[in-house]
Amino acid sequence: MTVPKEMPEKWARAGAPPSWSRKKPSWGTEEERRARANDREYNEKFQYASNCIKTSKYNILTFLPVNLFEQFQEVANTYFLFLLILQLIPQVSSLSWFTTIVPLVLVLAITAVKDATDDYFRHKSDNQVNNRQSQVLIRGSLQQEPWMNVCVGDIIKLENNQFVAADLLLLSSSEPHGLCYIETAELDGETNMKVRQAIPVTSELRDISRLAKFDGEVVCEPPNNKLDRFSGTLYWKESKFPLSNQNMLLRGCVLRNTEWCFGLVVFAGPDTKLMQNSGRTKFKRTSIDRLMNTLVLWIFGFLVCMGVILAIGNAIWEHEVGTRFQAYLPWDEAVDSAFFSGFLSFWSYIIILNTVVPISLYVRFCAQVSVRPSCLPPGGGGLPRRPVRVGPVRGSLPEPDLLSPCSVEVIRLGHSYFINWDKKMFCAKKRTPAEARTTTLSEELGQVEYVFSDKTGTLTQNVMAFSKCSVSGRSYGDVLDVLGHKAELGERPEPVDFSSNPLADKQFVFWDSSLLQAVKTGDPHAHEFFRLLSLCHTVMSEEKTEGELYYKAQSPDEGALVTAARNFGFVFRARTPQTITVHEMGTAVTYQLLAILDFNNVRKRMSVIVRNPEGRIRLYCKGADTILLDRLHPSPQELLSTTTDHLNEYAGEGLRTLVLAYKDLDEEYYGGWAQRRLQASLAQDSREDRLASVYEEVESDMVLLGATAIEDKLQQGVPETIALLTLANIKIWVLTGDKQETAVNIGYSCKMLTDDMAEVFIVTGHTVLEVREELRKAREKMLDSPHAVGNGFTCPEKRSSAKLPSVLEAVAGEYALVINGHSLAHALEADMELEFLETACACRAVICCRVTPLQKAQVVELVKKHKKAVTLAIGDGANDVSMIKTAHIGVGISGQEGIQAVLASDYSFSQFKFLQRLLLVHGRWSYLRMCKFLCYFFYKNFAFTMVHFWFGFFCGFSAQTVYDQYFITLYNIVYTSLPVLAMGVFDQDVPEQRSMEYPKLYEPGQLNLLFNKREFFICIAQGIYTSVLVFFIPYGVLAEATRGDGSQLADYQSFAVTVATSLVIVVSVQIGLDTGYWTAINHFFIWGSLAVYFAILFAMHSNGLFDMFPNQFRFVGNAQNTLAQPTVWLTITLTTAVCVMPVVAFRFLKLSLKPDLSDTVRYSQLVRKKQKAQHRCLRRVGRTSSRRSGYAFSHQEGFGELIMSGKNMRLSSLALAGFGARSGSGWLEGLRRKKSDSAGSPSAGPPKPLRG
Amino acid sequence: MTWSATARGAHQPDNTAFTQQRLPAWQPLLSASIALPLFFCAGLAFIGLGLGLFYSSNGIKELKYDYTGNPGTGNCSACALADQDRAPPLRCSCAWYFSLRELFPGPVYLYYELTNFYQNNRRYSVSRDDTQLSGLASALRHPANECAPYQRRASGLPIAPCGAIANSLFNDSFSLWHQRQPGGPYVEVPLDRTGIAWWTDCHVKFRNPPLVNGSLALAFQGTAPPPNWPRPVYELSPDPNNTGFINQDFVVWMRTAALPTFRKLYARIRQGNYSTGLPRGAYLVNITYNYPVRAFGGHKLIVFSNISWMGGKNPFLGIAYLVVGSLCIIMGFVMLVVYIRYQDQNDEDEDAE
Repeated sequence: MTVPKEMPEKWARAGAPPSWSRKKPSWGTEEERRARANDREYNEKFQYASNCIKTSKYNILTFLPVNLFEQFQEVANTYFLFLLILQLIPQVSSLSWFTTIVPLVLVLAITAVKDATDDYFRHKSDNQVNNRQSQVLIRGSLQQEPWMNVCVGDIIKLENNQFVAADLLLLSSSEPHGLCYIETAELDGETNMKVRQAIPVTSELRDISRLAKFDGEVVCEPPNNKLDRFSGTLYWKESKFPLSNQNMLLRGCVLRNTEWCFGLVVFAGPDTKLMQNSGRTKFKRTSIDRLMNTLVLWIFGFLVCMGVILAIGNAIWEHEVGTRFQAYLPWDEAVDSAFFSGFLSFWSYIIILNTVVPISLYVRFCAQVSVRPSCLPPGGGGLPRRPVRVGPVRGSLPEPDLLSPCSVEVIRLGHSYFINWDKKMFCAKKRTPAEARTTTLSEELGQVEYVFSDKTGTLTQNVMAFSKCSVSGRSYGDVLDVLGHKAELGERPEPVDFSSNPLADKQFVFWDSSLLQAVKTGDPHAHEFFRLLSLCHTVMSEEKTEGELYYKAQSPDEGALVTAARNFGFVFRARTPQTITVHEMGTAVTYQLLAILDFNNVRKRMSVIVRNPEGRIRLYCKGADTILLDRLHPSPQELLSTTTDHLNEYAGEGLRTLVLAYKDLDEEYYGGWAQRRLQASLAQDSREDRLASVYEEVESDMVLLGATAIEDKLQQGVPETIALLTLANIKIWVLTGDKQETAVNIGYSCKMLTDDMAEVFIVTGHTVLEVREELRKAREKMLDSPHAVGNGFTCPEKRSSAKLPSVLEAVAGEYALVINGHSLAHALEADMELEFLETACACRAVICCRVTPLQKAQVVELVKKHKKAVTLAIGDGANDVSMIKTAHIGVGISGQEGIQAVLASDYSFSQFKFLQRLLLVHGRWSYLRMCKFLCYFFYKNFAFTMVHFWFGFFCGFSAQTVYDQYFITLYNIVYTSLPVLAMGVFDQDVPEQRSMEYPKLYEPGQLNLLFNKREFFICIAQGIYTSVLVFFIPYGVLAEATRGDGSQLADYQSFAVTVATSLVIVVSVQIGLDTGYWTAINHFFIWGSLAVYFAILFAMHSNGLFDMFPNQFRFVGNAQNTLAQPTVWLTITLTTAVCVMPVVAFRFLKLSLKPDLSDTVRYSQLVRKKQKAQHRCLRRVGRTSSRRSGYAFSHQEGFGELIMSGKNMRLSSLALAGFGARSGSGWLEGLRRKKSDSAGSPSAGPPKPLRG
Repeated sequence: MTWSATARGAHQPDNTAFTQQRLPAWQPLLSASIALPLFFCAGLAFIGLGLGLFYSSNGIKELKYDYTGNPGTGNCSACALADQDRAPPLRCSCAWYFSLRELFPGPVYLYYELTNFYQNNRRYSVSRDDTQLSGLASALRHPANECAPYQRRASGLPIAPCGAIANSLFNDSFSLWHQRQPGGPYVEVPLDRTGIAWWTDCHVKFRNPPLVNGSLALAFQGTAPPPNWPRPVYELSPDPNNTGFINQDFVVWMRTAALPTFRKLYARIRQGNYSTGLPRGAYLVNITYNYPVRAFGGHKLIVFSNISWMGGKNPFLGIAYLVVGSLCIIMGFVMLVVYIRYQDQNDEDEDAE
């Protein structure tokens, strides 16, 4: 780095920077920060935050009020409180207060305990962090102070392996040139070491006495959350020095490989970038959550309606009967009219009917604290870095999740654990298990329709191998056999022997020995080529023992290139900020590093300017071909065209290319340029732009050296996974920053694109009009094609009846769309986005190349907004973060490119192929379980509550409950919760292998068939039906029945016990019918719940409790007296039979007449299991399994090809048609027609039903 | 909810049946071999039970008389007129004459039935204090607030037993007379008024307060009877084991009915010559008419009934069982037909392929 020798302008007022008066107003936001070293009085004026952090929310005194206040901000809790208040009004109270207060207190207590524990740990970690010791320079000597006492402007000393206490300006370090190394894993998750450097003037302040006298002042930007930006200026000794992120040590980093360093505190405590980054987390909600919210509102409306009906009934009854019944039952003093009585009765009924609203057990379960960054840096610009699970920093409260019942959360938690525990999603190589980082989305995994995938590191391994290169017009790297022909795979000759080079990397493999020959014979072009590779990079080297080099590279591409150079005899050995030492063909050469013109997404190139030992200055540049080819010196046209040919060839093979070039600079020009660069870097505003233009100036008229090609290997199982997901009707879009050729190539190699496709549309227009035209043409082609190709699948009736978009959806031919970044920018504009979407969605595969991170997010947003479909984004790198956060479900590949994507994701695992298991097995089960759970949940609550409504007509609408109050309290919490939870956690319809064999099993989730408004009404209707029977059958029987000893049976308490027992038995039988997978736990919970019901019943009705609280346990002796009556049991049996038999009959008929695919699969399994011996069935089974074999061996190689050739496709369309053919109802058909478009292939012919 | 990354180097997940979701499980499928036998067996069982219930219910004799005294319905109308103006009940009595052509098999139970009487009204059914009724001395003089407005008298004396239920105690009384020979004298049939309440009610739920100097009256000193009652609670019956809170009529009344039409056991006839039933002959029920019901459109009935193994006359249960059983069978046949056709079709498909 260059040292400013003479500043162009000097400060007249020594040590007093301008705008003295612009202090930080104590009330407003800070505009700029000033900190003077060693001057606490001066710094105190600004009242900057101290270094004490507080992530905890409560202390002992404030805990109860604050926590309660927070909890009552939730609708559910407030609703409960409101009910509780209603119950305290004696005229209204229809239930004892404890029926409400028990669940309320339970919910509040659980949440409070959880909040308290969380906060306790936060206190603990706060304390621990605040009391960490650091060495602070106070009055000329180093003193041990806890972190919390460190102030802005202090100078502190850090030692090796210590955490950085605050955001520091690095002043000096033990290493030469003021260098120091830090690890930022806590901050952005990257584990490689980074280097920071003090500005040269301060790096000389190495002893305490000089540091104590240091009185420089830092003026810089106010606290912000940008981890990779810092701009400020140091004023010292009447000069000013620019400061950048390169000079900063941020809190959360760890000092490594550096004995000590001194730093000036610039931001402390809550102002540090680390703390600024721990924002509130926005929780994603699933579509079922949203549906539930609507349903809850509907139910609430229903509740009010019932209340009104009953209130009117009450007013009429009191008017007709009640007034004349006053001799025995006078009105309350407060009640003066039948109307008022009706009004009170309304509220009484709201209390007893409120159990119908499933708000009853809502816990703010997702109050788990998480640290997720709140900011999303604008797409494209640099690497957005995200902070991680920082030890000390926990502190954000999510917005309260309004309507998520406790049990729903428990179920989702269980599903998340199953994902974490799944051995088949554990990557043994990297020792990474799959991880559900969000527990609130599990059932949405079963509804995914669109998958947006990154390419690099997601579909590909992100293992880069230096594969080919073109050096001054000659291409190297083809695998040649002895005769010099290109060799076929599998008959490769021996790789090139690098043993003559003692520093070579043993793992490096190259097949073309002629390149090594060229280097050895001293081809100057080859030498310059590899010299460039060994100089122009940002790799760090580490040499633990002599000759054992380790490279730490930011990107794997760079690592591959430097390693290649190393093996070919240009070994990058070591670097200092101003030198690079390279072993060139065995001799050490040290280059003076004059400047690094770093890479960014806009420039797409990086350069170094070095002075070689002879004193010549040369610029080496490597970068993307599109950019670099424009900035070359035009003279050797021939070389340019051969190299371009080579580049095209490489791209065609799916290789990643870079173009290399150099330029000689003379001393004079360089001197002037360096000045301009310095000025640009000192600029206060738009520093970036000015630097870029300075860089641009020097990187021109360069001389072409050659090109490199790096192979990006596909991950294991990618084609198979894509094929399987496609069969499951999931559309896969690849969004990549790579170039079109590479992207298309990867598309072919992972079988997204096949040669069988009717056409691959490529949209590359540069203007709005061109793009629009290209999209229109594509649509026209697709519409015309069914006739042209003669595809018999799309019948004319369908086409005429449907609207245009659905016609496009129904296009049966296979098309693919490739669109590049330029065109995408136009296509995403408001007036064209629908056209684009329509076209893209009609295609089987969509590849967007050269897209920026922001565009990735926009594409996801577009589909999310207009298709109303569940989207999943999967990626591994920082450039995927925006997309991952936008999609309904974000999946991060815990791969090589750092872990930013993982941190932003909802699920993470290490291989793309695990996606099929996540969706088809876990997602499908989760969806199924959740739907079954919700159906049953609504059913049981309606069956339970509506009984009160019917009873209202027989008790003068007086809000008398049918059940004992304890039964009402315990019904939801104890008697019926665990069996349905067990079902929600453990249920399976078909075994996991089958969901892989029959990807169509995934379809009900996408069509949202298992829980929608229609299913909801069916559940409600069933619940109401049950409530009618559970009330009226006991009514009919008991009205006239007498006990065995002759006394009446129809007393209120016996009636209550009869109805309650019937209800518990009916809902238990119903859960038994709904449970498809009876594990021991299900057995235990179902039988246990029944047992507990009777145990509690007898306990509550026992003499002992009555003797203690006669007014609370009025049902004394009731259980044994009532349940001893045969009539009561006859009633219960009858009720159960009448409630359950229709359900059984309906299910049986459905199974016979129009089975789901999952029913068919289960049935065939049963047949297979049971009737193995019979020849006839053997034949059947044999055929069935052969039909499945395509899927059964899907894990083997070649499966994807089989599918894409269309041979296999017939099976899936058969399976689908078979299950579609019997589902006669029109709406289902319509839905399916809409969704199941391209499953059929021309050869399928009329669909034949498949029956298991 | 998010938890921090377990990150790299994590242990391999446990390979247990639980974590890998491979718990052994029973996966029932509603196949024909389960569903069809279920329906036919259930149907047959229900029809069998239904026939039994129906015939045993039919075998039960029941004799009812509405003595509300609406104009023109017998000789109770005179008494009924008296209650129109809600004057304190007169000692009015009326009679119901009936004759039996054959033996009314015993044991015979005598019930009274009230209609349109809302014992199940919430405000009515909470208007009691079980602590007081369980004989707790302290509660005796401090009735619960639920009893209002029958908590205390205007004089401030606590009411025992408090509440609307107790206040509205049914106070008609009946006596049964039998004329063995035509023209002969009417002989009183002994009515067993004990054992008509639940054992737990008389012995656990309802208890008299501790006697003071051996006297129940002293125990109740300082309390007032409910306004409608002509006598204090300790004079409900001369029998010391059947008076106070444990008076059986009172206990029966306090066990409130679930429905607005209900009957309550008044007495059992099982003594002496009548243990086998009521022999043929003419009978007279002498009714002391105290209880006004016409104001709210209620009716009062006297019911004689005997019972079988499953209780009293109850045609509903038998008919319901028969109907449900038949429906099960019909449904079973429908399912069978569907199943067979589906099977056939399946086989054809099979052969065709």
